[in-house]
Amino acid sequence: MDHFMRPVPMAKKFITPGVIVLLVLAVNGLVFLAGRFLFGIGSVTHLNNQYPWGIWIGVDVAAGVALAAGGFTTAALGHVMHREEYHAVVRPALLTAMLGYTMVAVAVSIDIGRYYYIWHPLIMWNGSSALFEVGICVMIYMTVLYIEFLPVVTERFMGRVALPGALARLNAPIEWLLGLMDRTLSRTMFLFIIAGVVLSTLHQSSLGTLMVIAGPKMHPLWQTPILPLLFLLSAVSVGFPMVIFESLLAARSFGLKPEMRILGKLGGMMPAILGVYLAFKIGDMFVRETFVYLMHVNTASVLFMTEIILGVVIPLRMFLSPHVLKSPPLLFTAATLVVGGVLMNRVDNFVVAYTPPYSFGSYFPSIGEISVTVGFISILVLLYRAAVIIFPVISLPDRTLSPKSKYSVRG
Amino acid sequence: MKTTNRRSFLKASTAIGVAVTGLTPAEAHAGPRNILAPGRMGVLVDTTVCIGCRNCEWACKTAHGLETPPLETYEDKTPFDRMRRPDDTALTVVNRYPNAGNPELPYSVKVQCMHCDHPACVSACIVGAISKEENGAVIWDTDKCIGCRYCMVACPFQIPAFEYHKALNPRIMKCDFCAERRKAGQLPACVETCPVEALTYGPREELVRVARERVRRLPDRYVSHVFGEFEVGGTDWLYLAGTDFANLQFPKLAERPAPGVSESIQHGIFAYFVPPVSLYALLGAMMWTARHRGDDDEEK
Repeated sequence: MDHFMRPVPMAKKFITPGVIVLLVLAVNGLVFLAGRFLFGIGSVTHLNNQYPWGIWIGVDVAAGVALAAGGFTTAALGHVMHREEYHAVVRPALLTAMLGYTMVAVAVSIDIGRYYYIWHPLIMWNGSSALFEVGICVMIYMTVLYIEFLPVVTERFMGRVALPGALARLNAPIEWLLGLMDRTLSRTMFLFIIAGVVLSTLHQSSLGTLMVIAGPKMHPLWQTPILPLLFLLSAVSVGFPMVIFESLLAARSFGLKPEMRILGKLGGMMPAILGVYLAFKIGDMFVRETFVYLMHVNTASVLFMTEIILGVVIPLRMFLSPHVLKSPPLLFTAATLVVGGVLMNRVDNFVVAYTPPYSFGSYFPSIGEISVTVGFISILVLLYRAAVIIFPVISLPDRTLSPKSKYSVRG
Repeated sequence: MKTTNRRSFLKASTAIGVAVTGLTPAEAHAGPRNILAPGRMGVLVDTTVCIGCRNCEWACKTAHGLETPPLETYEDKTPFDRMRRPDDTALTVVNRYPNAGNPELPYSVKVQCMHCDHPACVSACIVGAISKEENGAVIWDTDKCIGCRYCMVACPFQIPAFEYHKALNPRIMKCDFCAERRKAGQLPACVETCPVEALTYGPREELVRVARERVRRLPDRYVSHVFGEFEVGGTDWLYLAGTDFANLQFPKLAERPAPGVSESIQHGIFAYFVPPVSLYALLGAMMWTARHRGDDDEEK
C-alpha cells in the first residue's frame, strides 16, 4: 500500500450547471406530487384496478432498495470480513444506502393511499405477509443506517462546535454529548453493522417473495418460487457495481483521481458473484422449462433476454478482463450495465411481468409518474452532493499518515 | 471498536438473541382473523338460469349506500356490449357471453368477490386489514388499511378495487357478502332480489352437493365442473355453467390455495426467527475471527 486514504469533506461549490438541471427536475416532480395529494393517486398516475402497482413501486421502491445494496455488501466486506483496504468505499456506499432507503420510504408513503397510516404495520402485524416483513425490515434497517452514519457526523463536528452569540453557552454540553455519542457508538457499532447485513439479507429476499403471491398473474419467465433467492443474489451482484458507478461519477464531478486500485479489486470479484446469479437464473429457467417462452419474440422475451445478456453476461465477461479493471471508462461501462440490468429486472418483475386476467389495455407510466420518479432521483443526487460537501465521506490520499500509523475508519 | 473483547461481544449478541426470541410468541399469533368454519355459508350461481336483469347490481348498490340510478334504468341492455369488472362504484356486475348452442339465450355471468377459503388477500395484507370470517365472508377493515393495494396484486380473480380519485381515505371496495345484513338475519341483497333464483344461498358443503346433483341430473345443460369447488383451495361462491368456464372469462386456476408458496417461503425464512438469528451469530463469529486475525498480523 503506497498511501493511506482519509475521508474529508469536498471543498467544492454546491451549485453547478448540472445541479440547476437537477433542481428543475426536482421541482417538476414535486408539482406532480402535489397533484397526487390534492386529487388522489388516480389523477397523476395510469394505475387502475387491473394494474395497482406501477413504476413508483417498481422503480422507486423495488429498484431503489436493490441499488442501495452497496451499503450492506461493502459493510460485509469492509467490516465483517475486516478488509481494511476497502474502507475508503464503505462511507460513500453507506451514504447512498441511507439516502436511497430514505427515498424508498418517501416513495412508499406517496404510493400508498393513506400515507398518514404508514406507521400501522408497526402495531398491526401480519406474519404471513411478505410486504409486512419488507416494511418492518426496511424501517429498522433505515434506523440502523442512520446510526451507522452518526460517527461521520460526530467526526465532522467534534471539537469544532462554536455556536454564535447567546447559543455559545451550549457549546460545552453539545461537545460533551458528541463525545459521549462517539464513545458509545465506537464500542457498539459492530452490533449495528451485523444487524444491517442481516436485515438487508432478509428484506432484499422478501422483496422477491412479494410477487410470488401473484401466482399465474405473473409471466412464467419471472414467476418462480426461487424469486427471493434471485432477488438476494441480484442485490448482492449490484452492490459493488453501484459503488464503482458512483465512485467514478463522483471522481469526475469533483475532479478527483479515480480510486482505481480499490475499484478494480471490487470489479475483480464481480465475475464470481454475477456467475452465481446467472447460474441460478438460467438453472431456474431450465428446471421450470420456461425457455419455451423465449421462442416467441414479444415484449416479455425481449426484455428477459436483454436483462440477462446486457445486464449479466456482457458485464461478467468484461469484469474478467484485466484491461477493463484498469480502465475507468470500461469499468464504468461494465458497472453501469449491471446497475441497468438489475434496475430492469426489478421493473420487469413488478411491472412488465404482471399481467392481470382482465386488463383493458396495458400499463404505461404517465408523465406524472415519470416526473415524480425522476424528481426523487434528482433530489437524491442533490442530497448526496450536499452531504459529501458537508461531511467527510469521500476519501482522499493522505500523505501525512505513515503506513505504520494505525487508525480505524468508523462508519 | 478495537476495544471490543470476546466477552462484551458475546454478552451483547446474547442480549439481542433473547430480545428477538422474546418476540416469537407474539409473532406466531400475529395476523388477521382467518377462520375456516365448517358451517360457513356460500352462494351457488347458476349462470344457465340467470336472465341478466341486473337487479342484483341495483340491490347491491342500494344495500351498500352506493350511488345508483333507479331500478327501471337497469332494463337497458347496452352495458352488455362490453365486458365490465366490479370497481369502486359497483361491487358486482353482470356480463353477457354468447351461447354457441342457442344464440337467443346468451349466458349471463354475475361477478363479485369469490370469498376464497384460503384468501390471498388475507395472507397478503400488510396490516391484516382483510379477514376471513366464520360465516364465510372475506371482509375489509377501514381502520387498519393503509391503501398499499397489495391485496389487488395478490387476488387471483382481480376483485379488490381502489378509490383512485379520492385524496383522503381512499377505500378498498369489494363485495363483503353482506356481512352486516346477514348478522341482522337478512339474506345477501343480491340473493334476496334475484327474480329467477339463479343465486342459492346456503352452507357451502350443502351447495357443493346441490351443484353436483344438478350436473348429474342434467348433463346436457351443464358442463361437468363446479367452478370454485377446488379452485385456489375452494371458494365459498360457486358457479355452474353450460359452457367451458374459459368461454365465460373465468381464470384458469390451480387447486393449490393462492397464498400457498408465498406463505411457505415467508414462514421458512422466519421459522421462529432461527434463520435470522443464526445468520447474525454466524456473521458475528466471522467478524470476530477476521478482526482477531487482523490484530495478529499487525503484531508480527
